[in-house]
Amino acid sequence: MTLNGWLQIAVFIAAILLLAKPMGSYMTRVFDRRKTLLDPLLSPCERLLYRVTGINAEAEMRWTEYALAMLVFSAATLLLTYIVERLQGRLPFNPQHLPGVESALALNTAISFTTNTNWQSYVPESTMSYLTQMLGLATHNFWSAAVGLALAIAFVRGIARRESKTLGNFWVDLTRGTLWILLPLSLVFALVLVSQGVVQNFKSYDTVKLVEPQTVTGADGKTSTITTQTIAQGPVASQEAIKMLGTNGGGFFNTNSAHPFENPTALSNLLQMLAIFLIPAGLTVTLGQMVGSPKHGWAVLAAMVVLWFAGTLTVYSAESHGNPLLPHVDSRASLTQSGGNMEGKEVRFGIANSALFATVTTDASCGAVNGMHDSFTPLGGMVPMINILLGEVVFGGVGAGLYGMLVFVVMAVFIAGLMVGRTPEYLGKKIESFDVQMAMLYLLIFPLLILGFSAVSVLLPKLGLSSLANHGPHGLSEILYAYTSATGNNGSAFAGLNANTPWFNYSIAIAMFFGRFIMIVPMLAIAGNLAGKKIVPASAGTFPVTTPLFTILLTGVIVIVGALTFCPVLSLGPVLEDLLLRAGQTF
Amino acid sequence: MATNSKRRSLFDRKIVRRAAFDALVKLNPRLMMKNPVMFVVEIGSVLTAVLLLVNLVTHRAAPGDHFRFDLQITLWLWFTVLFANFAEAMAEGRGKAQADALRQAKSETTAFLVSNGAVSEVPSSQLRVDNVVRVTAGQMIPGDGEVIEGVASVDESAITGESAPVIREAGGDRSAVTGGTRVLSDVITVRITSNPGETFLDRMIALVEGAERQKTPNEIALNILLAGLTIIFLLAVVTLQPFAIYSGAPQTVFVLISLLVCLIPTTIGGLLSAIGIAGMDRLVQHNVLATSGRAVEAAGDVNTLLLDKTGTITIGNRQAAEFIPAPGVTAALLADASQLSSLSDETPEGRSIVVLAKEQYNLRGRELAHLNAEFVPFSATTRMSGIEVDGRSIRKGATDAIADYLQEHGAPMPPEVRASVEDISRRGGTPLVVAENGRALGVIYLKDVVKGGMKERFEQLRSMGIRTVMITGDNPLTAAAIAREAGVDDFLAEAKPKDKMDLIRREQASGKLVAMTGDGTNDAPALAQADVGVAMNSGTQAAKEAGNMVDLDSNPTKLIEIVAIGKQLLMTRGALTTFSISNDVAKYFAIIPAIFAGVFPVLKALNVMHLHNAESAVLSAVIFNALIIIGLIPLALRGVGYRPMSAAALLQRNMLVYGLGGLIVPFVGIKLLDVIIVALHLA
Repeated sequence: MTLNGWLQIAVFIAAILLLAKPMGSYMTRVFDRRKTLLDPLLSPCERLLYRVTGINAEAEMRWTEYALAMLVFSAATLLLTYIVERLQGRLPFNPQHLPGVESALALNTAISFTTNTNWQSYVPESTMSYLTQMLGLATHNFWSAAVGLALAIAFVRGIARRESKTLGNFWVDLTRGTLWILLPLSLVFALVLVSQGVVQNFKSYDTVKLVEPQTVTGADGKTSTITTQTIAQGPVASQEAIKMLGTNGGGFFNTNSAHPFENPTALSNLLQMLAIFLIPAGLTVTLGQMVGSPKHGWAVLAAMVVLWFAGTLTVYSAESHGNPLLPHVDSRASLTQSGGNMEGKEVRFGIANSALFATVTTDASCGAVNGMHDSFTPLGGMVPMINILLGEVVFGGVGAGLYGMLVFVVMAVFIAGLMVGRTPEYLGKKIESFDVQMAMLYLLIFPLLILGFSAVSVLLPKLGLSSLANHGPHGLSEILYAYTSATGNNGSAFAGLNANTPWFNYSIAIAMFFGRFIMIVPMLAIAGNLAGKKIVPASAGTFPVTTPLFTILLTGVIVIVGALTFCPVLSLGPVLEDLLLRAGQTF
Repeated sequence: MATNSKRRSLFDRKIVRRAAFDALVKLNPRLMMKNPVMFVVEIGSVLTAVLLLVNLVTHRAAPGDHFRFDLQITLWLWFTVLFANFAEAMAEGRGKAQADALRQAKSETTAFLVSNGAVSEVPSSQLRVDNVVRVTAGQMIPGDGEVIEGVASVDESAITGESAPVIREAGGDRSAVTGGTRVLSDVITVRITSNPGETFLDRMIALVEGAERQKTPNEIALNILLAGLTIIFLLAVVTLQPFAIYSGAPQTVFVLISLLVCLIPTTIGGLLSAIGIAGMDRLVQHNVLATSGRAVEAAGDVNTLLLDKTGTITIGNRQAAEFIPAPGVTAALLADASQLSSLSDETPEGRSIVVLAKEQYNLRGRELAHLNAEFVPFSATTRMSGIEVDGRSIRKGATDAIADYLQEHGAPMPPEVRASVEDISRRGGTPLVVAENGRALGVIYLKDVVKGGMKERFEQLRSMGIRTVMITGDNPLTAAAIAREAGVDDFLAEAKPKDKMDLIRREQASGKLVAMTGDGTNDAPALAQADVGVAMNSGTQAAKEAGNMVDLDSNPTKLIEIVAIGKQLLMTRGALTTFSISNDVAKYFAIIPAIFAGVFPVLKALNVMHLHNAESAVLSAVIFNALIIIGLIPLALRGVGYRPMSAAALLQRNMLVYGLGGLIVPFVGIKLLDVIIVALHLA
């Protein structure tokens, strides 16, 4: 670890902390339908949209109606993407003449982008046409993020409202989140990315002559010489911006943000990481403002920062130390080399920015990568996995991170709230059996999907194990990571696992779908139930949710409830791999 | 405060013996099912027992190497279940002992039924509501009822433990009598108000026995949490086997069930119902009966306490505190006149004047008989009392009464005296003006005496976030002064029953929970409306029916203790839940490295406790898990230590003790057990 590395990490988190308040305050105004600077431009668009679609913007929805509207919207857009993928061969903007996508993969991808997962079982540049990328995938980057935002706001309203039956209007929240927040930010960010060298065009792929021809030996033993390289093109910047801001993470290219056309410079790399955390961090401020306790928002943000820091420290430290099996190789950081374990990392980012990116992208359910997590050291690779296993609540996905965190807050308040001698209450709302029931359901679905599918996969030699590139504990990590990433709607891959098989495509699709929508229903049920309650006025006897102690408590509950469930399997995966590696055994 | 709680020692031998037996009875799966966590442990225990037998039969010649380990695990799993049952039985046993004592008071008696003027003898069990019975001195009152005629002294010690007899009379707020109590003098006619089996005594027995015990809302919610955690950990353990098989290190069922039992929250699961029963029991020990556990929980949540001034905040009577003479009169003269006028005044106020005169001016009491004096008693028309002695005509009374009296003698009330009167009112006192032969001598300051220590208690309540509101019939000026002196947060002056009701509704509308005490029939609606309504046992039947608690000592100050008991109950639950969940960290470190170290010796690096081997590690964790239930029974029954302080301070303290403690204690405990197991060659 170097001072320079730590300084870059410090700049990153300082920027996030500075941006959280303006971002959060702006979002509060947007969702409270108060005046903003963009109103003259956007309000007419908003009104037009409502008129065309026949939406009554003043109609309030109960939680069930809100959930139904969300499900209908998601199902419709899912279907649209599936159709576009299947028919892309006959549709325009397909300079490479790519054929329609095969059904299992098309379904997997449609679900993946609808659920804000952006798991990619395919190589985008050789599978998806420009039209599919834009109309099928980039649109979902907006929609799935806007859905997440709307849901988070609905939950916050549930906490803030008093004896109310309703949580707001899904269509209005969706529209305002898209028009006022995601579109303007993406527009600006895309232009900034273009300035750094991210491409934006509809050209067919370039073919260039190699400076140094390569001779390769094929599987059949024949040797051939390669003299040209195909360089993929496309409307990248426009998709790249929302990929980060919406914590989607689906790359335009296979190598995602490691590709020079997606993430060309150190500055673009920093901005991409900031874009991932920007809205989730801002939402904590929005939470504090909407429930009338700004300090509570900061206490929640503090818990996120603590967990983020623990992850960053671990990955950075693990990756800086390099591979213990190569003691004779100089892996110290110096002016001429990054040092540490550089396998699978981009030289232009080095150890610190790769470690930070890996932590950030998995803390938030983004899933974009600028290095290959599979090539990280065992402990370095375990952190991204744990980040997701904690429930994608460390900043988390746009909206999803906040509502996931709030379910943990409800749990923390319930477990420890009794210790102040009152039945548990959160910001004046009593936490009762229905809330606990729904929170437990929410928390249960997560390990059920991850552990269930992983356990079945390791027991199926033909369907599960045949996809593994590595065996032993590393193989276990690969399978576990796939279902973790899917259920947590992260979308990053551990690589090494060939997931484009019917078993993995379908089972991962189910994990992504349930991991998003089945978890949203109990979450909204809690919000609806909380909204209907009275608010007990705060007093000296009220459970404190604004103090450092609360932050510690919340962090503790997330770690214990999150980590303890997965501790056994982690100890057979990355932990065992690390210990075996130190003992000289590799996989 | 009278209390019948001879502090029963926690582990009374008789109770322990009965509890040990009950623990076995409670193994009945139909009873166990009510407790999902322990039910899972029981299923695990049955599974291992069956497997153990199968192993024994199939390997009859030479029991496998693991037999000794498997046997021990099976036994300890059963102990875990039994210990949890024992905890519950212990809590119930303490109630049962009390119920037995109450039952003795419930013996069948003969009732003298009055109908159409005729009196007939019937067994008390045949009495129905609205029957009228006559009870004479020496007889047992045959059932709950209301005195409709007569007045009698009644020995209620069977219910309250208080041996001094109480007066019960027709009409007013002291008309309720309880079945099983004894009339000591006179004859009363009682209208029966409850059928046999539904009497106060019956309800009390059912309550302390826990027969009618239903889970409280918070207990239900907590059970859901524990069941949810159990399912999550079940999932973690069930899926561990496929991962273990993949890794080439499959585990035996004994190890997996051990891991499961260690991870699921058995500590709180095993003690949860004991905590609830013990909370009710603590109330009973304070001579308070709650009609439901829900009321006890609500007591912990109370935001506002409504306290009657008289009897709760102040001692019932006013006391003379100061003699304030009129201009030209010495204080000694005023004291002398005051004393003379009060010598035969037997009211507490009168007596306090005599005492004050003696204390301040060393004026000894004089016998009226020796003075040849004529006492002028208080009358409603003059509203004065006084004395005629040696040509002196002394009067004392309320300001306006004396003013009228002075007017008759052609003398106005001196402005200085009026000023003193106003000053006293402002200070929350009652002024009593003294006049002699038509001349105002000065004012006696009668003070409402705030009970000792009340200010501190209200301060404590405030630090706990509880607002106290004093209810008084006094005028706002006086009320404000007493409120200030007592340190209550707010007061309701010139309060009528309806005002009380409105206040409760207002507080509740803003989301607050309100507690109050009351004894009169006109308190009944407010008692019913309040979230915690404590009726005084001396009060009317209507009040007792309306409230959700009855204080057998009829001590309104006890409301504060009731709140503390409610809080303690909730805190104990929270503390043990936190402790239970934090324990898991150590158990992971004990079990996971140990069971896989056979195949992957590198995992020994995680064996931070340096446990001897896999079997000793698993055994230590399982034994610790079982013993901690027994170890925490006293805490569950007594409740966690509780001092009034702010929620933030309480949380900090309890997190440190039960959260951090819960992390550390099992590391120490498991290591110790491992050392012992190895020393005894058990693994």
